Amino acid sequence: MNAMTQGSDTAAVAWKDAVFAALKAADVRQIHYVPDAGHARAIELAHRDPDIRAVVLTTEEEGVAACAGAWLGGERAALLMQSSGVGNCINMLSLVENCRLPMLLLVTMRGEWAEFNPWQVPMSRATETVLTAMGVRCFRVERPEEVGDVVAAAADLAFGAEQAVAILLGQRLIGRKVWK
Amino acid sequence: MTASPLARRPAVRALLNDRPKDLLVIAGLGTPAYDLFDAGDHDGNFYLWGAMGGAAMMGLGLAIAQPRRPVLVLTGDGEALMGLGALSTVAAQRPANLTVAVLDNGHFGETGMQQSHTSLGTDLPAVAAACGFAWTATATDEASLRTLAPKLAAGSGPGFIRIVVGSEPLPKTLPTRDGAYLKNRFRANLGLTPA
Repeated sequence: MNAMTQGSDTAAVAWKDAVFAALKAADVRQIHYVPDAGHARAIELAHRDPDIRAVVLTTEEEGVAACAGAWLGGERAALLMQSSGVGNCINMLSLVENCRLPMLLLVTMRGEWAEFNPWQVPMSRATETVLTAMGVRCFRVERPEEVGDVVAAAADLAFGAEQAVAILLGQRLIGRKVWK
Repeated sequence: MTASPLARRPAVRALLNDRPKDLLVIAGLGTPAYDLFDAGDHDGNFYLWGAMGGAAMMGLGLAIAQPRRPVLVLTGDGEALMGLGALSTVAAQRPANLTVAVLDNGHFGETGMQQSHTSLGTDLPAVAAACGFAWTATATDEASLRTLAPKLAAGSGPGFIRIVVGSEPLPKTLPTRDGAYLKNRFRANLGLTPA
């Protein structure tokens, strides 16, 4: 499956490097993730960086709790996931409002642009609605040249003002998943 | 389970009897949070009132951020079962300073004492061991908890303790529910300033 589906969607392109560079510049020390091809470059760079702990999760809500724990301990953390994973986080996000915790989510969107798999569609449609309902501010990015700036601004908002922020990386930006 | 002679409040007091000065504790929602508060409030305590299934992962994020401080996650069987995958995630990171202690009464105590999976076959220390925890233990009396207590600060983790307790009703000894207050108090204890 991987060999068939990896292609342009895992290619190292400038905006993918910009995601990691912005996280690094914001002094993010823990990167928790459920893998997605769109995050593959940031995950790879995080694992290579001796000053960052990259943590693979079994489900996305683990990362919400881990980012909360990181902040209790004085470290900045980010959580990387696919839009399907946002649904897994909903109740755990009650932490951010109750504790006024920073939360920086990077969400690669599926189910919205040239999607082939209908199972990705319902959660895709609900992603921004449920995040907003749980008190997470969403910034959507469609243009590659804006990625670094948006991640940097979101990190400032999250950690400077103790806000929960999600960056939704549009499927059009990520590119079509290659199915053959 | 119902034959267990160990009461949970004395059990928690035994584990924390000589509490290491620098120990940080995350308590899972429900009775474990009340038990921790009952054993003595502390600026290094953080009490969850929700976020069920997240206690161990909060402990992991904290343990990574504070590698020189011992971290204890004190939770219940229901809370631990909801985040069972976290045992796998925690073990994969090998946090030497983290211990997860589960007060296991085999029941969902807050919601009417329905049986939990630990009454129905799940062996939590075996799960933790299979995930790769460095050590696991089962405590059924206060003496064994006093013996285990020094391991909290030994740096040989991740460790997992199943504390087999009864399901006797207890008065609710309630810590504050204000999460932002608890966060700021916890961070101040570590020398971190509010935003």
